[in-house]
Amino acid sequence: MRGYLGIDVGSVSTNLAVLTEDGELIESLYIRTQGQPIKAIQSGIGQLKERLPKDIRIMGAATTGSARKLAGVIVGADVIKNEITAHAVAAMKVVPDVRTVLEIGGQDSKIIIIRDGVVVDFAMNSVCAAGTGSFLDHQAARLGIAIEDFGDLAAQATTPVRIAGRCSVFAESDMVHKQQMGHSVPDIIAGLCQALVRNYLNNVGKGKDIQPPVVFQGGVAANKGIKAAFEEALETEIVVPPYFGVMGAVGAALLAQEQIEQTKAETQFRGFEVSDIEYNASSFECTGCANRCEVVEIKQDLTVLARWGDRCGRWQ
Amino acid sequence: MRITFPYMGYYSPVFSNLFRKLGHDVVPPPKPSKRTLDLGTKYAPEFACLPLKILLGTYIETLEMGADAIVSSGGVGPCRAGYYTRLQEKILRSLGYDFTMYTVEPPKGHMMQLLKTLRAFVRVPVTKLFDAIVTTCLKLWYIDEIERLCHKIRPLEVKKGTSTRLMEQAVAEIDKAESYGDVRDVGRAFIKKFNEVEVEDRDPLKVGIIGEIYVVLEPSANFEVIENLNKMGVYAHRSIFLTDWVKENAFLDALRIQPEKEIRSQAKPYLNHAVGGHGENTIGETVRYAKSGYDGVIQLVPFTCIPEIVARSILPRVSRDLGIPVMSLILDEQTGLAGVLTRLEAFVDLLARRRMQSGELPA
Repeated sequence: MRGYLGIDVGSVSTNLAVLTEDGELIESLYIRTQGQPIKAIQSGIGQLKERLPKDIRIMGAATTGSARKLAGVIVGADVIKNEITAHAVAAMKVVPDVRTVLEIGGQDSKIIIIRDGVVVDFAMNSVCAAGTGSFLDHQAARLGIAIEDFGDLAAQATTPVRIAGRCSVFAESDMVHKQQMGHSVPDIIAGLCQALVRNYLNNVGKGKDIQPPVVFQGGVAANKGIKAAFEEALETEIVVPPYFGVMGAVGAALLAQEQIEQTKAETQFRGFEVSDIEYNASSFECTGCANRCEVVEIKQDLTVLARWGDRCGRWQ
Repeated sequence: MRITFPYMGYYSPVFSNLFRKLGHDVVPPPKPSKRTLDLGTKYAPEFACLPLKILLGTYIETLEMGADAIVSSGGVGPCRAGYYTRLQEKILRSLGYDFTMYTVEPPKGHMMQLLKTLRAFVRVPVTKLFDAIVTTCLKLWYIDEIERLCHKIRPLEVKKGTSTRLMEQAVAEIDKAESYGDVRDVGRAFIKKFNEVEVEDRDPLKVGIIGEIYVVLEPSANFEVIENLNKMGVYAHRSIFLTDWVKENAFLDALRIQPEKEIRSQAKPYLNHAVGGHGENTIGETVRYAKSGYDGVIQLVPFTCIPEIVARSILPRVSRDLGIPVMSLILDEQTGLAGVLTRLEAFVDLLARRRMQSGELPA
């Protein structure tokens, strides 16, 4: 059986997906990165090996996410791509005529505008994380409810309260105030969902031409309350794909397939054994010039696999 | 006087040299580092923009190194930066530093004040003064010419790293050159060297870089955006070069010739009002880039910069009307490069796909 592997190493989670040649998802995984990307990737690969059919042959591999370069070196990737492209490719696979992709992850949120199968515009959140998953996690924990119940609770709201959504710190104090006034938890949660959506549309989505079909993906898409708030604000139906949480990895796998089929090359994938190899990541300051670049070095035993971070290229 | 001034790209050694020639000791500002920003953010108002914070941090560092006079630019029009030297002076004095602040105002409407400020610096005879000014102008001119070439050659160089090294050599050599003739010879030699760098034969994607002047000119304030685009094989054209700016604001403006008029007329259909800083230029340059066949434009916005915020809210319309993709990068205290690289990469991807669709070969 032939498959393509996609790995998305983000700030909060590391996602892996294996697709068949026809683009069907065979297996996917969601692991917390917990600040240790190498460990997360290795554990992911190890778990995949257990769960995949024994006769699987990985024809191509690709990495994306903020640690895509590191991940690419560790597993031997054929393609290393940014997550905007990966997410767009995955959304187009699910809804071929998609024109807007809303993506909200742990710390990043993005909007991607697609026309006729090509990304024509995009934006990512800049200096503020008020509209992202980490903030929701934090508020759920503070209210003592499971993040999984967030959406169902929001649906029970009768009169959502208004919460200032511009800044997560102010949103929190606004929420506390509304709580102390005696508003019900569902009303507060529904209000929070609306605030988050408002913030997203005013910041990330500012000036963007949002047209249906709209696909909503990323970890926060699990939250029915946010989906409903988007539907209300945009006055259109929102599609949440079945594997909304691992769309970056799915996109990466699709990109790997595209690359391998185009070039007819052998994959660079180092095999499932990479889960057992000892990798060493270290860094040093180059003293070659006044730039004092911090150079990162990835070693397997004593062999240097890759170096980066130097501006002039002398260490690469 | 032990003079210091803001650090700005490759220009810093030239200014050190000029002040030395005018008969002063100089404390050359160090390249903005993590410490510079730490100091700046510690003592600057939280809502102030990145340039104010970097400059304030630089001043603290140089005052610690023994400087007792700071030279910086003022400004006219509705941008807070015009008042920054006053604010910085107050903050620094409250920290207990003793120094003189010299604000060099643009000649427009401040001619007498400018002359008065300049007179305070000159400690040498007129002939030497003339020589110092002419040599400095030539140095700046060659640095700009060579940097323009560097931005053009670097995306295409076969041996990676050649252009960056050559650029740094050029700046060091130009710094060492004393006379007008030496500067000219060194400058010409490096232009020749750049033209001899082995390059790939292809038509790279072309991106215009616009925005607030300090973050456009100082690479450490903009995540080395041009170098990073170059490394992705993309030609990046910087919309601001100091020699252009000085030419327009100091000389021609004083003679009542207004070359900026052209850029303003380009901006006019979208923005017909002075919004301060480089706000109008940002719109005008975008129109110009679109008309000269550029693939895209990147706007560099210091967080809370009013002129650039005004421009940013107008840019989507310019982008739509003229069919040129625009991406804004907001610059603040964050120093994580990964997020910026992701945005740049995605933007370059978008531009490459657009070009492919329009039937040309991908870059």
